[in-house]
Amino acid sequence: MKLSKVKTEITEPDMTPMIDMTFQLIAFFMMLLNFAEGDQNQRIQLPASELAKPAAMPLESPITLHVTQEDTVIIGGQEVSVEGLKPFLDREASVLTMRGKSPAVATVIVRGDMDAKTITVQDVIKTCQLARFEKFVLRAKEDRGY
Amino acid sequence: MQIEKKGSEAKVEMQMTPMIDIVFQLLTFFIMSFKIVAAEGDFDIKMPLAAKSEGLPPDTLPPMKVRLTATTGGQLNKIRLNDNDFGLSFDGLHNYIISVIGDERGPGSVQATAEVELDCDPQLHYQYVIKAITAVSGYTDADGNIVKLVEKIRFTPPKSRAG
Repeated sequence: MKLSKVKTEITEPDMTPMIDMTFQLIAFFMMLLNFAEGDQNQRIQLPASELAKPAAMPLESPITLHVTQEDTVIIGGQEVSVEGLKPFLDREASVLTMRGKSPAVATVIVRGDMDAKTITVQDVIKTCQLARFEKFVLRAKEDRGY
Repeated sequence: MQIEKKGSEAKVEMQMTPMIDIVFQLLTFFIMSFKIVAAEGDFDIKMPLAAKSEGLPPDTLPPMKVRLTATTGGQLNKIRLNDNDFGLSFDGLHNYIISVIGDERGPGSVQATAEVELDCDPQLHYQYVIKAITAVSGYTDADGNIVKLVEKIRFTPPKSRAG
Protein backbone atom coordinates (compact mmCIF):
# COMPACT_ATOMS: atom_id res chain seq x y z
CA MET A 1 0.00 0.00 0.00
CA LYS A 2 1.31 3.35 -0.92
CA LEU A 3 1.24 5.93 1.86
CA SER A 4 0.52 9.49 0.81
CA LYS A 5 2.88 12.13 2.09
CA VAL A 6 1.32 14.54 4.54
CA LYS A 7 2.08 18.08 3.46
CA THR A 8 3.33 20.23 6.30
CA GLU A 9 2.51 23.93 5.94
CA ILE A 10 3.98 26.69 7.98
CA THR A 11 1.16 28.80 9.32
CA GLU A 12 2.17 32.39 9.91
CA PRO A 13 0.04 34.54 12.18
CA ASP A 14 -1.18 37.82 10.74
CA MET A 15 0.83 40.43 12.58
CA THR A 16 -0.77 43.49 11.02
CA PRO A 17 -3.47 44.18 13.66
CA MET A 18 -1.00 43.76 16.51
CA ILE A 19 1.48 46.17 14.94
CA ASP A 20 -1.31 48.66 14.23
CA MET A 21 -2.41 48.58 17.82
CA THR A 22 1.12 48.82 19.16
CA PHE A 23 1.83 51.90 17.07
CA GLN A 24 -1.38 53.49 18.30
CA LEU A 25 -0.35 52.82 21.89
CA ILE A 26 3.08 54.34 21.25
CA ALA A 27 1.47 57.42 19.70
CA PHE A 28 -0.87 57.73 22.71
CA PHE A 29 1.90 57.55 25.30
CA MET A 30 4.13 59.87 23.28
CA MET A 31 1.43 62.52 23.24
CA LEU A 32 0.97 62.29 26.99
CA LEU A 33 4.65 62.37 27.84
CA ASN A 34 5.25 65.31 30.14
CA PHE A 35 8.52 67.04 29.35
CA ALA A 36 7.86 69.80 31.90
CA GLU A 37 8.40 67.41 34.79
CA GLY A 38 11.53 69.31 35.79
CA ASP A 39 9.28 72.10 37.06
CA GLN A 40 7.56 69.79 39.48
CA ASN A 41 8.43 68.30 42.81
CA GLN A 42 6.81 65.36 44.53
CA ARG A 43 7.13 66.94 47.97
CA ILE A 44 4.96 69.89 47.05
CA GLN A 45 1.20 69.43 47.32
CA LEU A 46 -0.17 72.41 45.47
CA PRO A 47 -3.37 74.08 46.65
CA ALA A 48 -6.29 73.65 44.25
CA SER A 49 -8.22 76.37 42.49
CA GLU A 50 -10.99 76.29 39.91
CA LEU A 51 -9.40 79.30 38.19
CA ALA A 52 -6.01 77.66 37.76
CA LYS A 53 -5.82 76.97 34.04
CA PRO A 54 -2.65 76.16 32.11
CA ALA A 55 -1.09 79.30 30.64
CA ALA A 56 -1.79 79.97 26.97
CA MET A 57 1.63 81.56 26.46
CA PRO A 58 4.95 80.35 27.87
CA LEU A 59 6.31 82.53 30.66
CA GLU A 60 9.38 84.62 29.97
CA SER A 61 12.61 83.35 31.57
CA PRO A 62 10.82 81.33 34.25
CA ILE A 63 12.51 80.53 37.56
CA THR A 64 10.70 77.93 39.64
CA LEU A 65 10.85 78.03 43.43
CA HIS A 66 9.28 75.23 45.46
CA VAL A 67 8.28 76.34 48.95
CA THR A 68 8.01 73.37 51.32
CA GLN A 69 6.00 73.15 54.51
CA GLU A 70 9.31 72.90 56.41
CA ASP A 71 10.06 76.56 55.54
CA THR A 72 12.69 75.68 52.95
CA VAL A 73 12.93 76.46 49.26
CA ILE A 74 13.94 74.10 46.47
CA ILE A 75 15.64 75.81 43.55
CA GLY A 76 17.29 73.88 40.75
CA GLY A 77 17.05 70.65 42.75
CA GLN A 78 18.81 72.13 45.79
CA GLU A 79 17.03 72.69 49.07
CA VAL A 80 17.98 75.86 50.89
CA SER A 81 16.60 78.02 53.65
CA VAL A 82 14.87 81.27 52.75
CA GLU A 83 17.94 83.15 53.99
CA GLY A 84 20.18 81.00 51.78
CA LEU A 85 18.13 81.67 48.67
CA LYS A 86 19.67 85.04 47.81
CA PRO A 87 22.97 83.75 46.30
CA PHE A 88 21.03 81.44 43.96
CA LEU A 89 18.80 84.28 42.85
CA ASP A 90 21.78 86.59 42.37
CA ARG A 91 23.34 83.95 40.14
CA GLU A 92 20.13 83.68 38.11
CA ALA A 93 19.99 87.49 37.85
CA SER A 94 23.61 87.67 36.64
CA VAL A 95 22.94 84.97 34.02
CA LEU A 96 20.01 87.03 32.75
CA THR A 97 22.14 90.18 32.72
CA MET A 98 24.82 88.39 30.72
CA ARG A 99 22.14 87.48 28.18
CA GLY A 100 21.21 91.13 27.92
CA LYS A 101 17.98 90.80 29.89
CA SER A 102 16.91 92.55 33.04
CA PRO A 103 15.87 90.36 35.99
CA ALA A 104 12.66 92.41 36.03
CA VAL A 105 11.44 90.65 32.87
CA ALA A 106 11.91 87.16 34.32
CA THR A 107 8.96 85.44 35.93
CA VAL A 108 9.37 83.76 39.29
CA ILE A 109 7.01 80.80 39.65
CA VAL A 110 6.18 80.17 43.28
CA ARG A 111 5.04 76.58 43.83
CA GLY A 112 4.06 76.66 47.47
CA ASP A 113 2.92 73.62 49.41
CA MET A 114 -0.68 73.94 50.57
CA ASP A 115 0.46 73.72 54.22
CA ALA A 116 3.43 76.05 53.86
CA LYS A 117 3.29 79.17 56.02
CA THR A 118 2.19 82.33 54.26
CA ILE A 119 5.08 84.24 55.83
CA THR A 120 7.53 81.85 54.12
CA VAL A 121 5.99 82.57 50.73
CA GLN A 122 6.08 86.30 51.47
CA ASP A 123 9.71 86.08 52.59
CA VAL A 124 10.58 84.23 49.38
CA ILE A 125 8.93 86.99 47.32
CA LYS A 126 10.76 89.64 49.35
CA THR A 127 14.10 87.87 48.78
CA CYS A 128 13.35 87.76 45.06
CA GLN A 129 12.59 91.47 45.08
CA LEU A 130 15.98 92.12 46.68
CA ALA A 131 17.52 90.23 43.77
CA ARG A 132 15.64 92.59 41.38
CA PHE A 133 12.91 90.16 40.32
CA GLU A 134 9.51 91.79 39.94
CA LYS A 135 7.15 89.39 38.19
CA PHE A 136 5.63 86.62 40.26
CA VAL A 137 3.06 83.95 39.66
CA LEU A 138 1.57 81.71 42.32
CA ARG A 139 1.00 78.23 41.00
CA ALA A 140 -2.02 76.11 41.89
CA LYS A 141 -3.37 72.87 40.54
CA GLU A 142 -6.55 72.84 38.53
CA ASP A 143 -9.63 71.99 40.56
CA ARG A 144 -12.13 70.34 38.27
CA GLY A 145 -14.66 69.91 41.04
CA TYR A 146 -14.59 66.11 41.14
CA MET B 1 15.77 25.11 -26.68
CA GLN B 2 13.72 25.16 -23.60
CA ILE B 3 13.50 28.53 -21.90
CA GLU B 4 13.65 28.26 -18.19
CA LYS B 5 10.92 30.02 -16.37
CA LYS B 6 12.28 32.67 -14.06
CA GLY B 7 11.23 32.24 -10.49
CA SER B 8 8.93 35.26 -10.41
CA GLU B 9 6.65 33.60 -7.90
CA ALA B 10 9.25 33.60 -5.15
CA LYS B 11 7.79 35.50 -2.23
CA VAL B 12 10.05 38.07 -0.61
CA GLU B 13 9.08 38.35 3.01
CA MET B 14 10.00 41.30 5.15
CA GLN B 15 11.82 40.44 8.34
CA MET B 16 9.42 41.80 10.99
CA THR B 17 11.13 40.58 14.14
CA PRO B 18 13.61 43.48 14.66
CA MET B 19 10.90 46.07 14.04
CA ILE B 20 8.54 44.44 16.52
CA ASP B 21 11.37 44.26 19.06
CA ILE B 22 12.06 47.97 18.76
CA VAL B 23 8.39 48.86 18.78
CA PHE B 24 7.84 46.95 22.00
CA GLN B 25 10.88 48.56 23.58
CA LEU B 26 9.55 51.99 22.67
CA LEU B 27 6.15 51.08 24.05
CA THR B 28 7.70 49.89 27.31
CA PHE B 29 9.72 53.11 27.61
CA PHE B 30 6.67 55.32 27.15
CA ILE B 31 4.55 53.26 29.53
CA MET B 32 7.26 53.38 32.21
CA SER B 33 7.73 57.14 31.89
CA PHE B 34 4.00 57.87 31.84
CA LYS B 35 2.78 59.78 34.85
CA ILE B 36 -0.61 61.29 35.46
CA VAL B 37 -0.13 64.90 36.52
CA ALA B 38 -2.89 67.36 37.34
CA ALA B 39 -2.96 70.47 35.18
CA GLU B 40 -1.52 73.54 36.83
CA GLY B 41 -2.28 77.21 36.44
CA ASP B 42 -0.91 80.51 37.65
CA PHE B 43 -2.15 83.58 39.48
CA ASP B 44 -0.35 86.82 38.72
CA ILE B 45 0.79 88.80 41.72
CA LYS B 46 1.85 92.40 41.35
CA MET B 47 4.82 92.91 43.62
CA PRO B 48 6.99 95.73 42.28
CA LEU B 49 10.07 96.81 44.13
CA ALA B 50 9.34 98.88 47.19
CA ALA B 51 9.23 102.54 46.24
CA LYS B 52 8.37 105.71 48.07
CA SER B 53 4.64 106.18 48.05
CA GLU B 54 3.55 109.12 45.95
CA GLY B 55 -0.10 108.72 46.76
CA LEU B 56 -2.79 107.19 44.64
CA PRO B 57 -3.39 108.59 41.16
CA PRO B 58 -6.76 110.32 40.76
CA ASP B 59 -9.77 108.13 39.91
CA THR B 60 -8.12 105.14 41.53
CA LEU B 61 -9.91 103.15 44.19
CA PRO B 62 -7.99 102.53 47.38
CA PRO B 63 -7.04 98.84 47.66
CA MET B 64 -9.54 96.55 49.33
CA LYS B 65 -7.80 95.05 52.33
CA VAL B 66 -8.60 91.39 52.82
CA ARG B 67 -7.53 90.33 56.27
CA LEU B 68 -7.06 86.62 56.91
CA THR B 69 -6.47 85.65 60.51
CA ALA B 70 -5.29 82.21 61.55
CA THR B 71 -5.34 79.89 64.51
CA THR B 72 -2.02 78.95 66.09
CA GLY B 73 -2.06 75.77 63.99
CA GLY B 74 -2.28 77.78 60.77
CA GLN B 75 -5.95 77.07 60.05
CA LEU B 76 -8.21 79.89 58.91
CA ASN B 77 -9.88 81.76 61.73
CA LYS B 78 -11.62 84.72 60.12
CA ILE B 79 -11.98 86.59 56.82
CA ARG B 80 -12.49 90.33 56.86
CA LEU B 81 -12.68 92.90 54.11
CA ASN B 82 -12.55 96.46 55.38
CA ASP B 83 -15.37 96.42 57.97
CA ASN B 84 -17.13 93.31 56.70
CA ASP B 85 -16.71 90.05 58.55
CA PHE B 86 -17.26 86.90 56.49
CA GLY B 87 -16.38 84.34 59.15
CA LEU B 88 -14.88 81.37 57.33
CA SER B 89 -16.90 81.86 54.15
CA PHE B 90 -14.90 82.50 51.00
CA ASP B 91 -18.24 82.46 49.17
CA GLY B 92 -19.32 85.49 51.22
CA LEU B 93 -16.12 87.30 50.25
CA HIS B 94 -16.61 86.27 46.63
CA ASN B 95 -20.19 87.54 46.49
CA TYR B 96 -19.17 90.83 48.11
CA ILE B 97 -16.42 91.32 45.51
CA ILE B 98 -18.93 90.59 42.72
CA SER B 99 -21.29 93.24 44.14
CA VAL B 100 -18.45 95.79 44.32
CA ILE B 101 -17.07 95.09 40.84
CA GLY B 102 -20.43 94.96 39.06
CA ASP B 103 -20.90 94.03 35.42
CA GLU B 104 -18.99 96.88 33.79
CA ARG B 105 -15.77 95.87 32.05
CA GLY B 106 -13.11 97.67 30.04
CA PRO B 107 -10.70 100.57 30.60
CA GLY B 108 -11.70 102.88 33.43
CA SER B 109 -14.19 100.41 34.89
CA VAL B 110 -14.15 99.43 38.55
CA GLN B 111 -12.97 96.00 37.48
CA ALA B 112 -9.93 97.44 35.71
CA THR B 113 -8.85 99.66 38.60
CA ALA B 114 -9.82 97.60 41.63
CA GLU B 115 -6.99 96.28 43.73
CA VAL B 116 -6.89 93.80 46.58
CA GLU B 117 -4.26 93.75 49.27
CA LEU B 118 -3.92 90.50 51.20
CA ASP B 119 -3.02 90.88 54.85
CA CYS B 120 -2.44 87.42 56.27
CA ASP B 121 -1.28 86.10 59.61
CA PRO B 122 2.27 84.71 59.29
CA GLN B 123 1.38 81.15 60.29
CA LEU B 124 -1.65 80.90 57.97
CA HIS B 125 -1.48 77.93 55.64
CA TYR B 126 -0.83 78.94 52.06
CA GLN B 127 -3.89 77.06 50.74
CA TYR B 128 -6.14 79.74 52.31
CA VAL B 129 -4.23 82.46 50.48
CA ILE B 130 -4.95 80.68 47.19
CA LYS B 131 -8.62 80.32 48.20
CA ALA B 132 -8.80 84.04 48.92
CA ILE B 133 -7.12 84.88 45.62
CA THR B 134 -9.56 82.57 43.83
CA ALA B 135 -12.51 84.26 45.56
CA VAL B 136 -11.45 87.77 44.56
CA SER B 137 -9.98 87.14 41.12
CA GLY B 138 -12.92 85.61 39.30
CA TYR B 139 -15.25 82.71 38.70
CA THR B 140 -16.18 80.20 36.04
CA ASP B 141 -19.49 80.81 34.30
CA ALA B 142 -21.94 78.19 33.05
CA ASP B 143 -20.07 77.88 29.74
CA GLY B 144 -16.78 77.21 31.48
CA ASN B 145 -15.35 80.65 30.69
CA ILE B 146 -13.46 82.54 33.36
CA VAL B 147 -15.05 85.86 34.35
CA LYS B 148 -12.38 88.09 35.83
CA LEU B 149 -12.99 90.24 38.86
CA VAL B 150 -9.96 91.80 40.56
CA GLU B 151 -6.73 91.42 38.61
CA LYS B 152 -4.42 93.51 40.76
CA ILE B 153 -3.56 91.50 43.82
CA ARG B 154 -0.68 92.04 46.21
CA PHE B 155 0.46 91.17 49.69
CA THR B 156 1.01 93.57 52.53
CA PRO B 157 4.66 93.70 53.63
CA PRO B 158 5.47 90.54 55.63
CA LYS B 159 5.20 90.68 59.37
CA SER B 160 7.58 89.05 61.77
CA ARG B 161 7.34 85.27 62.12
CA ALA B 162 6.40 85.57 65.76
CA GLY B 163 3.28 87.41 64.51
